[in-house]
Amino acid sequence: MLKIENLKASLEEEDKQILKGIDLEIGEGEVHAIMGPNGSGKSTLSYVLSGKGGYVVDGGSASLDGADLLDMEPEERAAEGLFLAFQYPVEIPGVGNMTFLRTAVNSQRKMRGEEELNAAEFLKLVRARAKDLKIDADMLKRPVNVGFSGGEKKRNEILQMAMLEPKMCILDETDSGLDVDAMKLVSEGVNAMRDGKRSFLVITHYQRLLDHIKPDVVHIMAAGKIIKSGGPELALQVENEGYADLLNEVA
Amino acid sequence: MALAANNIDATEALIAAYPAPSGEGKWASDARVRALTTLRQSGAPVRRDEYWKFTNPARLLEPAKPAAILEADEVPVFEDTDKLLVVFVDGVFRADLSDDLTMEGVEIETLASAMSKDIHWAADIYGVLEANGQNPVSRPLAALNTAVATEGLVIHVTGKASKPIALRYIRSGADTDVMVHNVIKLDAGADLTLLESGPAAARFNSSLEVEIADSAALHHVRTQGRDHERLAATHMFARLGKESRFKSFTVTVNGVLTRNEAVIEFTGDDAFATVSGASAGDGAYHHDDTVFVTHDALNCESRQVFKKVLRNGATGVFQGKILVPSHAQKTDGYQIAQGMLLEDDCTFLAKPELEIYADDVICSHGSTCGAVDETALFYLTSRGVPKDQAQDMLVLAFMDESIQEIEDTALADEIRERLGGWVERHKD
Repeated sequence: MLKIENLKASLEEEDKQILKGIDLEIGEGEVHAIMGPNGSGKSTLSYVLSGKGGYVVDGGSASLDGADLLDMEPEERAAEGLFLAFQYPVEIPGVGNMTFLRTAVNSQRKMRGEEELNAAEFLKLVRARAKDLKIDADMLKRPVNVGFSGGEKKRNEILQMAMLEPKMCILDETDSGLDVDAMKLVSEGVNAMRDGKRSFLVITHYQRLLDHIKPDVVHIMAAGKIIKSGGPELALQVENEGYADLLNEVA
Repeated sequence: MALAANNIDATEALIAAYPAPSGEGKWASDARVRALTTLRQSGAPVRRDEYWKFTNPARLLEPAKPAAILEADEVPVFEDTDKLLVVFVDGVFRADLSDDLTMEGVEIETLASAMSKDIHWAADIYGVLEANGQNPVSRPLAALNTAVATEGLVIHVTGKASKPIALRYIRSGADTDVMVHNVIKLDAGADLTLLESGPAAARFNSSLEVEIADSAALHHVRTQGRDHERLAATHMFARLGKESRFKSFTVTVNGVLTRNEAVIEFTGDDAFATVSGASAGDGAYHHDDTVFVTHDALNCESRQVFKKVLRNGATGVFQGKILVPSHAQKTDGYQIAQGMLLEDDCTFLAKPELEIYADDVICSHGSTCGAVDETALFYLTSRGVPKDQAQDMLVLAFMDESIQEIEDTALADEIRERLGGWVERHKD
């Protein structure tokens, strides 16, 4: 599904390499988690994969089902089936949530040569998905993320994911700012989308999220590299012991 | 201060360019004499004047030059609105193209008819609100309008108008020079929606004087455009009584030079006024909103919300003032002016001013200027929205805060649609 080889990337504005050779392969239907101390490059990895400006790829490759991601515009990556749930979802005053969702869904369909959803079909679909995530009609009508609480913003990210039905989902600290109930709701939303084919990359600081979204593989990232990979037990080790031992072990 | 000799010449040339009205009632000729005196004292506007620093008035003083007329490729504005349509062609009222000027709760008369009478209620408004608005900032082009305008409507609203009055200014000639002056009086509790649209002229000077009595409401929505080479100087003077409401919104697309002045005065307590606008220009485009709000009463609320989208070297100007004398306690004044610069060579000039002497007021002003938000752009594109479409969405979203000032949702939606059309036509 997602294949990353020796990916190196720097900030465009300053001569500072953040990703220093990432190797990662996520198979169909797999859930991988990335943990790591602050500043290790986890969010940068998600941005570089999804095509945010301000980064320069210095080397390596990243592909989704064989298609070269790094060569594409962000919207093309999305149409290929890549989705990033933002750590800080962006507020866009003046753009209605529904309009945004429908434009996104139909833009992707158009790019893939599929038929666009008409207003009635779209409405039916979005109502059903929103209900699962306890998103009320009022939230759908409001401008994108404007005045949403932290939990509402994250649920809105999952709603977008559910509507866009991507192949590969990257969740960047989706648990940050969530209370226990909201985390459960968001996790259920994610788990509902696990169908044995769709793959997930879950970036998190806390093992707790992984109790809800159970990973197949856990990677530890530090200083722009993946320094250790293992099973779910690795996350528990981090929870109990912190990163110090792991970092020393590698050094 | 004595005027410079060249300014005296320019001022006289300006006056001489228009035929001197004659055979009018005494109140009308008195108003004209007063306005001429004002104009001769202030002189024609010059770049040195404090409120003309950002906008060069020179082109507004020259006779209209031939300017291309845009082929109509959109349906006329406010087409779907049930309205009383009044048509002016090259600034001349055309009864044959207009609806019958009768409507329950409203008395409509042409300006020429009102001015021919010896006694008319318009005497208390025509040139009076304009004269009030000349202090502390002179408005020579408004004085000129009062002195020579013969076209326009005089509207007396006595109750709730059953539908909007829509003034449509059609332009037929390439070098038309048009002056229009409208007067509206709303009795206590009366309610009217006034719509204005059309390119009007190669050079257009309009004046609107509005007296809004206690608890009355006037909603005003105006579109300017889309002819590009036209020049326009518009003036709006509104005086608000107790608990009255005035909402004015202007959308401007294209136009090499547009200067929209608004002068709002609260004379009764607990009143509300908003003057807002969205403008969009590409290339040789200069758009200026100059607003002066005086709170001369207690507990009034005023809002100024202006958004300007600028492309390819276009210029946007905002000069907005809120004046709160010491007795105008509990005033709530809000002012925001924002420019979105789609290219680096665009200019947005803003001068927000608050002059407050009362100590128990809420007044805020803000002005920002910047490019499209990259973070928002990435958010939209990461969901699959193509970049140019995402940018259009953000441009329209940017203007939306001003459009929300329009009370009627159908009218607001039409404005949104038209701006959408403009954005669609002006791409890289």
